[in-house]
Amino acid sequence: MHPILKLIVQRVALGIMLLFAASILIFGGTMMLPGDVAQQILGQSATPENLANLRESLGLDEPPVSRYFQWLGGILQGDLGTALTNGRDIAESLGGRLKNTLFLAFWAAAISVPLAIFLGLLAVRYKDRIPDKVISAVTLTTISIPEFMIGYVLIYWISIRLGWFSSVAIINDSMSLGAKLNAIAIPVMVLTLVVLAHMMRMTRAAILNVMQSAYIETAELKGMGMLRIIAKHAFPNAIAPIVNVVMINLAYLVVGVVVVEVVFAYPGMGQYLVDHVAKRDVPVVQACGLIFAAVYIGLNLIADIVSILANPRLRHPK
Amino acid sequence: MNDQLNYLTEKVAKGLMTRREFVGRAAALGVTAAVANTMLATSAKADTPKRGGMMRIGSSGGESTNTQDPALTASEVPLNNLRAWGETLVEVDPNGELDYRMAESVEASADAKTWSFKIRKGIPFSNGKDMTPDDVMKTMERHSNEDSQSGALGIMKGIANMKVDGDNFVVELDTPNADLPFLMADYHLMIQPGGGMDNPGAGIGTGPYTIEIDEPGVRHAFKRRDDYWDSENRGWADEIEQLVLNDATARTAALQSGQVQIINRVDPKVAALLDRAPNLSVQSASGRGHYVFIMHIDTAPFDNNELRLALKYAIDRQEMVDKILRGYGSIGNDMPINASYPLFDESIPQREHSIEKAAEHYKKSGHDGSPIILRVADGAFPGAVDAAALFQQSAAKAGIPLEIKREPNDGYWSEVWNVQPFCASYWGGRPVQDQMYATAYLSTADWNDTRWKRDDFDALLNSAKAELDQGKRKAIYSQMGQMLRDEGGLILPMFNDFVAGVSNNVGGYVNDPNGPVMNNKSHIACWLKDA
Repeated sequence: MHPILKLIVQRVALGIMLLFAASILIFGGTMMLPGDVAQQILGQSATPENLANLRESLGLDEPPVSRYFQWLGGILQGDLGTALTNGRDIAESLGGRLKNTLFLAFWAAAISVPLAIFLGLLAVRYKDRIPDKVISAVTLTTISIPEFMIGYVLIYWISIRLGWFSSVAIINDSMSLGAKLNAIAIPVMVLTLVVLAHMMRMTRAAILNVMQSAYIETAELKGMGMLRIIAKHAFPNAIAPIVNVVMINLAYLVVGVVVVEVVFAYPGMGQYLVDHVAKRDVPVVQACGLIFAAVYIGLNLIADIVSILANPRLRHPK
Repeated sequence: MNDQLNYLTEKVAKGLMTRREFVGRAAALGVTAAVANTMLATSAKADTPKRGGMMRIGSSGGESTNTQDPALTASEVPLNNLRAWGETLVEVDPNGELDYRMAESVEASADAKTWSFKIRKGIPFSNGKDMTPDDVMKTMERHSNEDSQSGALGIMKGIANMKVDGDNFVVELDTPNADLPFLMADYHLMIQPGGGMDNPGAGIGTGPYTIEIDEPGVRHAFKRRDDYWDSENRGWADEIEQLVLNDATARTAALQSGQVQIINRVDPKVAALLDRAPNLSVQSASGRGHYVFIMHIDTAPFDNNELRLALKYAIDRQEMVDKILRGYGSIGNDMPINASYPLFDESIPQREHSIEKAAEHYKKSGHDGSPIILRVADGAFPGAVDAAALFQQSAAKAGIPLEIKREPNDGYWSEVWNVQPFCASYWGGRPVQDQMYATAYLSTADWNDTRWKRDDFDALLNSAKAELDQGKRKAIYSQMGQMLRDEGGLILPMFNDFVAGVSNNVGGYVNDPNGPVMNNKSHIACWLKDA
């Protein structure tokens, strides 16, 4: 077997074991939270009778361990089950939310990743001069401001004062792509500002590191232009650390944007998960947790593989 | 000047300003009384209902876990949904009178034990079938039988027997209750075909709209029914869209930028600022909801009435209304009843903040001076943590050592409220005094969160229930209120207003003490002026 293929198989197997462990942790965690789904649904209007009736109809009177294995049995057959709170099919409602989350993450990434790398290259080209300092100052400022604050400021100026884009990012399937993009314009800007600095700084640092090498000096002595040296010689050799940080930020865009979702009322997975945690709706929390864990594991796997492929020494091990 | 005049006429049209005030303000702008009166006439004309358009409301209080099952409805977004597709037997109007919906009239036996609701005929459900007394019966059964998961189970308990008698739905009670029809206005009791036994979340009812899109926690869209029975009074917009906007800033931004026309729960902190925005107004309705600090009177040290009185005198009510509610509310008197209730006795003296009296009662209580722990969470009521801090400060002045323990929002209602002996909480209020007392102050009430268990109080409540002479009932309720005020475990510093934001394009908005945003009916009862 080719060593890379072998590595992928190993990693995927490990990933599945990790997912399994994550599901136990999530289940245990939700069991430790005070109250159960019946209490959370009825809230202040709970009485002993309606609590007992609701618990029985939701199957909460069974012991936790047997509920976990029932759930696991379902998952292994590809059945995510139904939400305890509203009886909806989890796969169906989760599918829609996941699609929205990926849609937002995709557009935020499509803008922020190239922009961050370009700005990183630019910062290297003008190292320690005004463009470098401006880029660093601006991106470090935006990463330091909490994302909801950036969101509110952009809503006030762009949506209320200028009226360019909507402040409510609720999208649905019947909207055209243009309408959807209009709705998510401000959240995409916020997310871009939030993730830009990390990727930009890493690009800058990684390339600067490579720039110290002898072959860059050679290229310079050959008379190549600075930007061309960076793009052709420095960047390919700096790709491994950049890919790593890009993947971490992509993972953040998928699993960590609940605050932005709340500010813009965006129907993504973060809000969906938080609602169900608050109601102790364990099957949904499990399903969301698995997807989030899978995203992290998957993106890290990709980052590893890309670093290996980008490095000839790892690509052709002796 | 024109803008200003338009603004003033708007205010008159909404009932926020009297005609006399308007003429005076207009004169200040250089407009003669005759012209001002003509302007008023035009503005009144602009206020006749219009049909059509798409009404968008932005609401907090929705989660992706919501269902359309009325039995499990406990927050505002699903309640707004219920009001769009369903109706109850009766409703309570802003003046506290019964508004007959599925029942066209109600009659009581002389002893107030048997109540007969005459059910309207020929009213179609949205599935095409006509609503019958049998559907009413089944609905009530679903909320009261032994499998019931309903939030209305508590109020259905006093019912001994229900039956259908021709066109009538008849309720027989264990003990007399002169207010029974008001209980039937509970929003859980939406009449559903077959009682909703087969599919409680189907969203089929007799209301003015049908569900088009149902995405819990995101949005809910509705379309007007052509066969709605009461189309002369409700169902003006062709379509309704309710967006779930739990974030307060997102809600106000959506209203300001015109993406929604009505929002609920405007944060009192920003209400005055928002009201200055040009194209909208902030509407505030004084209601029956109240914010409380509750003590279990059967648990030390709160079993000592002197200590309870000390705490009641130590709290600065006016400061709470000014700082926590920013004036959008009124001070409370340690009883859960205020002037918004029918049969309220205005003559009960208001308890004033007094450090001396607090210190005096505290000394009399003989408390050992160990910290008194007050549990709060932000979710107990908006501003609860700040209110507790104010309480702590004013109590400290009287030498009472309050210690605040912050609890997580998550699980507050199951782990702290009604469990711990001293905590912050809120009540939404009820349409009548009897229901409020029966819900939380009767010995046998599940939600007796102050452990107020007094036979004499229960007896008074029962005698008031059976009393059909309103003067005598008022006297009994007054006595009960004063008992709670002077001996109860309830510290009630403030009644909160329902604060909503309404676009100037919305007509027909009235303030309703029964609940927020016109008792959650603004979307079906208001119209769009530009429709």
